[in-house]
Amino acid sequence: MKKIAANMVLALVGVTLVMLLWATLSQTVAKDLPSPLKTWEESKVYVLQPFDKRGEMDQGILRMAGYSLFRVAKGFLLAVLIGTPLGFLLGASNLFYKMFDPTIQVLRPISPLAWLPLGLVLFRQSEPAALFTIALCSMWPTVINTMQGVRAMPQDYHNVARVLRLSAWKRLTKVWLPATLPFMFTGYRLSLGLAWLVIVAAEMLTGTPGVGGFLWHGRNTTA
Amino acid sequence: MPFIEMHDVGKSFGAREVLAGVNFSMEEGEFVSIVGASASGKTTLLKIVSGLLEPGCGQVTMAGESVTGFSSQAAIVFQNYSLLPWLSALENVRLAVEAAFPSYSRARQDEHSERYLKMVGLGGALARRPSQLSGGMRQRVAIARAFAVEPRVMFLDEPFGALDALTRATLQQELARMCSEAGRPVTALMITNNVDEAILLSDRILTLSRGPSASLSPAVPIDLPRPRATDLLFHDEQAVRIRGRLAGFLAAGSRPRFGAPTNAAFSRGVSKSNVPVEA
Ligand SMILES: Nc1ncnc2c1ncn2[C@@H]1O[C@H](COP(=O)(O)OP(=O)(O)O)[C@@H](O)[C@H]1O
Ligand SMILES: [Mg+2]
Repeated sequence: MKKIAANMVLALVGVTLVMLLWATLSQTVAKDLPSPLKTWEESKVYVLQPFDKRGEMDQGILRMAGYSLFRVAKGFLLAVLIGTPLGFLLGASNLFYKMFDPTIQVLRPISPLAWLPLGLVLFRQSEPAALFTIALCSMWPTVINTMQGVRAMPQDYHNVARVLRLSAWKRLTKVWLPATLPFMFTGYRLSLGLAWLVIVAAEMLTGTPGVGGFLWHGRNTTA
Repeated sequence: MPFIEMHDVGKSFGAREVLAGVNFSMEEGEFVSIVGASASGKTTLLKIVSGLLEPGCGQVTMAGESVTGFSSQAAIVFQNYSLLPWLSALENVRLAVEAAFPSYSRARQDEHSERYLKMVGLGGALARRPSQLSGGMRQRVAIARAFAVEPRVMFLDEPFGALDALTRATLQQELARMCSEAGRPVTALMITNNVDEAILLSDRILTLSRGPSASLSPAVPIDLPRPRATDLLFHDEQAVRIRGRLAGFLAAGSRPRFGAPTNAAFSRGVSKSNVPVEA
């Protein structure tokens, strides 16, 4: 208990020091940087009425965060829905692996936002384009981890499935899925992290309401 | 026509010839053991005869038909249990029962699986996962799973190889009891590296010479009455003689070139402990 209190005090001291540094910087070298006080005054309307909606880009911060979260969830879900079966196929079929792995290795390192123009061309609207970008960028850890999970499955389990003469469905649900589940979840966690990284940038570029759109709007409307 | 037959079977992995000129046959209702040193090709042989591995050359037939894959009438017990760790003991057996008896109702599949687990003394551990079971108990589950599908033939690959001597002896007796209580003659082909285990369980024993290019010796019949107690190995004249003879086969087959002296335990043929071939 004492230890937790001490830690909290230390954390508060840290925050105070950073605030002081911020204030000093805005007074001295970086005159364009608003001071902490000014920042609070400008933004308190968004923070104190977090769910208000006054206009498309003029909404409370939690409402904006909600839009972003919802968009991330949709994009991530799309990534999981496409990435998991793709990873399974790559891991299970050598033919499939040899056919598509080179393409995937080329597509995977493409910078996230490079997909956005393609999305806009394909869908003509910013919302589906943003989802497309999130899904395509965050899919790869899911694909790769699922694939490795399937490949790493011990020969024993293959043998069991074979000698028990399990049906394809039983093989999938009782052997393959449980054996690869830990790998899949590692992939999902990494994918979710990526999706959250991409969302802010995607919203900034498409100007859709959300955390990224809010930041961009803020930058454009303050002098 | 014999139930299972191997004719001039050979198998190589790359340039390494593991088996060469293997001939073998067994009848339905027989319990046959193949004894061999480790890495002599025993597992390879069993995989070929059970249809898990294709032979490089030669033919394998079961019930008159060429073996092309693992038969629906067969069951196998692996050395390393091969249970699925995310399923309980009961679910592991059930999975095999569901596949073998799809026409049974759920309740009947449950009851059937439970019966076989009780037979190996695991009636109180039905819900436990493999990680919560000892090595001996895991192998019991694997044996229950093999018996539960009521196979026409059972393949056993060093079923007790991973167990300590005491557990091993208990499970040997248990397997013998399961076979005698099955209500019909059990057809089984067991691979082992333990001469005593083979004598206790088999009707007939063959030895696999040490590889490369291993092949089978002629069979030694075991006419000892059942049930066979462990001390039979030390007191029964026939058992002692067979022990000596098999140990001799193995020692001859495994003697290094240039005539290094054979292990004393083999030539005496009798010792108070089980004689693992690698010793
Ligand atoms: N899939 C494989 N690929 C290459 N070599 C193998 C393979 N399986 C077995 N071997 C080799 O064949 C020999 C016999 O193996 P195995 O049949 O497992 O022996 P045992 O069961 O008698 O210990 C060993 O030297 C092993 O390294
Ligand atoms: Mg082996």
